[in-house]
Amino acid sequence: MSRVLLTGNAAAAWGARLADVDYVPAFPITPQTEIIETLAAWIDRGELPARLVTLDSEHSMLTAAGAAAATGVRVFSATSSQGLLYAMEMLYNVAGWRVPLVLVNVSRGLAAPVTLEPDHNDVLAARDSGFLQLHCASCQEVLDSVLLAYRLAEDAEVRLPVLVNMDGFYLSFTREPVSLPEAAAVRAFLPAFDPGSLRFRASAPESQAVAVLGGGPYSYFRYETHLAALSALQVYERVSAEFAAQFGRDHPAVEAYRADDAEYLFVMLGSFATKARAALDRLRAAGWRIGLLRPRLLRPLPQLLLRELAAGRRAIAVIDQSIAMGGAGILYNELAGALYGMPDAPLLASFTGGLGGRDIAPEEFFEIARVLRDAAARGVAPAPRLLYTHDELREVRKLQAIARAERAELAGDADE
Amino acid sequence: MYRIRFHGRGGQGMKSASRILGTALFRAGYEVQDAPRYGAERRGAPIFAFVRADRRPIDERGIIRRPDLVVVADDSLVAVPAAGVLAGLDRHSLLLINSHTGTATWRERLNLAGPVLTLPAAAEVADRAGLPHVGAACAGAAASLLGAVDRELLQAALEEELGHLGEAVLAQNREVALHAFDAMAAHSGAVRTRDEPPATQWTAPDWVELPFEGSGAAAPAIHAGGTSALVPTGLWRTQRPVVDYARCNRCWWVCSTFCPDSAISVNAERQPVIDYDHCKGCLVCVAQCPPHAISAVPEHAAALEGAP
Repeated sequence: MSRVLLTGNAAAAWGARLADVDYVPAFPITPQTEIIETLAAWIDRGELPARLVTLDSEHSMLTAAGAAAATGVRVFSATSSQGLLYAMEMLYNVAGWRVPLVLVNVSRGLAAPVTLEPDHNDVLAARDSGFLQLHCASCQEVLDSVLLAYRLAEDAEVRLPVLVNMDGFYLSFTREPVSLPEAAAVRAFLPAFDPGSLRFRASAPESQAVAVLGGGPYSYFRYETHLAALSALQVYERVSAEFAAQFGRDHPAVEAYRADDAEYLFVMLGSFATKARAALDRLRAAGWRIGLLRPRLLRPLPQLLLRELAAGRRAIAVIDQSIAMGGAGILYNELAGALYGMPDAPLLASFTGGLGGRDIAPEEFFEIARVLRDAAARGVAPAPRLLYTHDELREVRKLQAIARAERAELAGDADE
Repeated sequence: MYRIRFHGRGGQGMKSASRILGTALFRAGYEVQDAPRYGAERRGAPIFAFVRADRRPIDERGIIRRPDLVVVADDSLVAVPAAGVLAGLDRHSLLLINSHTGTATWRERLNLAGPVLTLPAAAEVADRAGLPHVGAACAGAAASLLGAVDRELLQAALEEELGHLGEAVLAQNREVALHAFDAMAAHSGAVRTRDEPPATQWTAPDWVELPFEGSGAAAPAIHAGGTSALVPTGLWRTQRPVVDYARCNRCWWVCSTFCPDSAISVNAERQPVIDYDHCKGCLVCVAQCPPHAISAVPEHAAALEGAP
């Protein structure tokens, strides 16, 4: 095992390479493109015996991925943001086909307006598609999660596609030390895919069709997919334990950082959670009993584990790096649903931050902790809050002033 | 933890600088995080890259708010607010500027609480736009100022990051990097780490409740005149299409129709005319021209021949 500096994108490509993938349908989009470029270079040099095909869109890419997976080969692909949304129809379809494949999504905020930087509205739009979701907070986790994802996807108890998510820039373009496992060790953990009942084959013409069904049979198949996703909870426990035994790295379904004796918790997804870790280390040094819960597995949602981990706390701040227009925080709702009806449930507070890669300062985590403590003392949850400062609003006011001047100039031109 | 920012322009090798320094520190036994940050991925646009290095695994991410060292490859950026060169500098932070202008002038100009140094390597170069291997110079200078990386580790890092470009390119970068490393030797170890203060008291973030505003103000639509004509996007070109009018069969539509930037017009003689102020050099016209009358010429060669 060697330890090297890799970007999250390179780590994802290494995951696919070590998984010995057979087929990579591809379509470029920032900040994901480096993944398929890396794989393409390896394939070109004969270092990875796989087939990479560029498709005309993400929709076609996912169709090709699902069709290839139906033949029993190991399929990998990657996308981001608008690309994931463009493929959305096929995400639901491919999950319904019950074929295993791994799709890496590099989170990037959705248009309009446009940003290149990350938030989670893209991957959360696929939350209920039937794709399982693993959310990563480090480049090491990206590589490891691709390997875990294949075990999960290909397990006969599951047989569903898996999304592995990482944040654009904060992981995709950031190099960190990553332990590259030996290929032989990976083969022992992740043997060649046994396609079992998947029987679509080249040179053996037959059609794989999907029937149009009434509500009864339709419900049966939909609910079976749901049950398969739920069964992935136990399968994940098993394969992550095997992974830890093989590679010495533990990737629980929910990371609990300094949470054992914590009165207060932050709950976050993805790489911004490591910023919370750094901030709460400083709070701990100042005497606070505070920790972090970070669901790695969002689909299926480890509801019982979240209840266990939340029990006995005074208050929890959920920091959503996404926004549900006209609704409440997405992760907030997930947690609230999981904890509802629990006796002595902790008080929940909802924050929204990190939209479009907007930084979250250490002082903001400190302030969230203070808000939690005050709210717990009063026994009343605070109103939901967007992490946003007067300085940021002043910057927008400047942009609006420029826009108004431009508009006035245009109107003047039109009058002439 | 060391926290270092490199500021430069797209094409000056700031990402490479961060990777060279990151690799050198990683080889020196540090946990390392390095990353570039940019908006429009465009030559000449301000970009920065950063390096964090610590003896423990690093949980901090994203922009560095309180840098120990800021290295500026292009001194024209210091005065550009959007480039954020001076963001977060305090009495602890060392600012190193690659500049013809002397240290005393920069100290006077900026009036910063912290130390300011200039990189004398730049003094040998007449043409700032053609500043060669400035990324390697910045990495070498930074390594020297940290005092955490010796010459051998710096050379090993240069080879690891730039070796794929061939021995000649590597040798040039090595020379520049080691020259900058030696030039800063008198200040070796001038950059010091600092611990973040515990969270006993802090300045509360200046949070604001966003007011609801009507769609007339709050929709992200931009209305402006034909400003794209004012932007000389031809500056992005690395290869220029050149029409051989002797071979052009005056079909009058193929190249001009396929040009994705409408940068080819057809004159009264049915000859195509390329607008080099706005041709980005995609070379679609070269591929499409039926009689192969358009060829691609490297921009630097065209410039040598006095092309517009």
